[in-house]
Amino acid sequence: MNIHEYQAKALFAQFGVAVPKGVATQSSAEFAQCLSQIDGKNGYMVKSQIHAGGRGKGTFTNGFKGGVKFAPTREKALEHAQAMLGNTLVTAQTGAEGRKVQTIYFTEAANLGKRPDGRDDEYYLAILLDRATSQPVIVASTEGGVEIEQVAHATPEKIFKVRVDPAVGLQAYQARQLAFALGFKGELFKQCVNLVTKLYQFYWEKDAAMVEVNPLLVTQEGQLLALDAKVSFDDNALFRHPDVVALRDLNEEDSKEIEASKFGLSYIALDGNIACLVNGAGLAMSTMDIIQHFGGSPANFLDVGGGASQDQVTAAFKIILGDPNVKGILVNIFGGIMDCNVIASGIVAAVKETGLKLPLVVRLEGNNVEAGKATLASSGLTIVSGDSMADAAQKIVKLVNK
Amino acid sequence: MSILVKEDTRILVQGITGDFGARHARLSIDYGSQVVAGVTPGKGGQVFEHNGKKVPIFNTVAEAAKQTGATVSAIFVPPPFAADAILECVDADLDLAVAITEGIPVKDMIRAKRAMQGKRTRLIGPNCPGLVTPGRGDKSYGGCRIGIAPGYIHRRGKVGVVSRSGTLTYEAVWQLTCRNQGQSTCVGIGGDPVNGTSHLDVIKLFNEDPETEAIIMIGEIGGSAEVEAARWIKAHCKKPVAGFIAGATAPAGRRMGHAGAVIGGSEDTAAAKIKIFHECGISVAATPSDMADALLRIWKG
Repeated sequence: MNIHEYQAKALFAQFGVAVPKGVATQSSAEFAQCLSQIDGKNGYMVKSQIHAGGRGKGTFTNGFKGGVKFAPTREKALEHAQAMLGNTLVTAQTGAEGRKVQTIYFTEAANLGKRPDGRDDEYYLAILLDRATSQPVIVASTEGGVEIEQVAHATPEKIFKVRVDPAVGLQAYQARQLAFALGFKGELFKQCVNLVTKLYQFYWEKDAAMVEVNPLLVTQEGQLLALDAKVSFDDNALFRHPDVVALRDLNEEDSKEIEASKFGLSYIALDGNIACLVNGAGLAMSTMDIIQHFGGSPANFLDVGGGASQDQVTAAFKIILGDPNVKGILVNIFGGIMDCNVIASGIVAAVKETGLKLPLVVRLEGNNVEAGKATLASSGLTIVSGDSMADAAQKIVKLVNK
Repeated sequence: MSILVKEDTRILVQGITGDFGARHARLSIDYGSQVVAGVTPGKGGQVFEHNGKKVPIFNTVAEAAKQTGATVSAIFVPPPFAADAILECVDADLDLAVAITEGIPVKDMIRAKRAMQGKRTRLIGPNCPGLVTPGRGDKSYGGCRIGIAPGYIHRRGKVGVVSRSGTLTYEAVWQLTCRNQGQSTCVGIGGDPVNGTSHLDVIKLFNEDPETEAIIMIGEIGGSAEVEAARWIKAHCKKPVAGFIAGATAPAGRRMGHAGAVIGGSEDTAAAKIKIFHECGISVAATPSDMADALLRIWKG
């Protein structure tokens, strides 16, 4: 589960991680009041809140440039906020359709510290799971404010990592290692050790999946601040964090994915025109792959899970058909334990209930498969049967491209 | 031989009184597997009955193992309690804990895995279909089925199968069976980012197993476990290996059903993994329909 920057910073503040003071609102009527709570001696930052990166370099569909803007005065901040709220922001990560900005976050602008070469004094800090060792890893770099993957590729010596032994947690010497590696001294060194320690505490206690601060900044006044915050949580652990669940913003999620999850379906929309309905995540992924292999383009990932009841299949058809790009459907079920005939009856009922007009290819395999195929054949519906995944994929690609 | 479990391996089921655990305990009994005990805290002394077979239920894993000689546990415990169930197997010194449970918090698994270091118990999973060593009876009856895989699709034979995904494993197994190629053992290691047994761990076991003559390794996007296994195969594996990677069409940053199936960096993509498979001499299946044939090409020529 992802949260907004303003929510992440509120949690940071709770754990004692230094952030610039800020106020968020969903209403333009509150803009002035929000701004009055912020010290604007260095100016203001106006930040669009969406669950996607690249906001600063994004463009609104109304032509306004920049989802994150500096404003020297309160009036200018108001103006920026008016241009952003309720409008759609397109960034490198949102896709062409963009995201509607429904929350504006005002913060005090920081006085950026400078390095001897004139660059802003920005760092990078993140905590996530290191899959290779099954341990949390803290990643830090002297090169903040840029894409960390580029830094890792071009100058790997500027990336520092500390792995945390979960049996004992983060040790003080590890926080010191990072602070030394980043080149901090004196008061800033102490601030860095403290910030790393508190941020790790937040990551661990709240079951975060990833915490990223980019940039971590040194101000001219000599303060270390988390200028941006990107946080996601482990969905499997949400049951023990009702306070985190309360931060969920359904506006940021795909309505079809939400609808799918109500039926125990895992659905992700893609750009293609051949929808698929599959049981099992690995089989669902490889069904998308085989559609592409034979020259088609998958419209979605859809895993109905191990079960695939008639209700689920019907719900899945409705969700699939809600995508206007879909020109055909491929159903691929390996009914290992379930009775294929029950699944076949479910498909027939779903086709009838939804009045499906598009080409449909069904590949059934497993328990009682002959009876299942007979049910499909005698349904009076034009359902094409596929003998293998390859056969089924070739058939649906041919039907859709006809 | 086979790996990890044999036909006579004695199995206990944690969560045998829940719907999911009970259903699959019954299916394992029907397959002829040696389900000898159930564990549900507070229900010790009760009996799980199926088709005339009476399986005693115990309060603790240690007690169940001591009384029945069970060496392997199938875990069907709900996610909030599953890591605890795994560690109870470690405490009872079982050979193997197979965690079927889907949805265990990552932090719980990080801690459990750390606590298992240096202990004798091996973990398979979590979020996995389990493992099957097929039997020699009709439709592989009499095998050892731990977890949720359909038993009847297997045949006893010489191919080892290892995969993160359930239904994709069944797909590979069924392709083999339809081509009269049986399996030594089929292991589903699970789709979570933190798991007990890796592709490489299983490949090493297959490499040492005299019955296993060839191997199918099925992977997916996310992480580097398949790459690590492929490099080891190139350097050490004596047996022909075919491979498949799912997720060539998956967009970056989106988790594809499995918690572990998400492209984080350029190394995590299907294309990068497939390239390394080729470099390591693995026969790559172009599509999931081609898994058994990809193996036969490199194995039987």
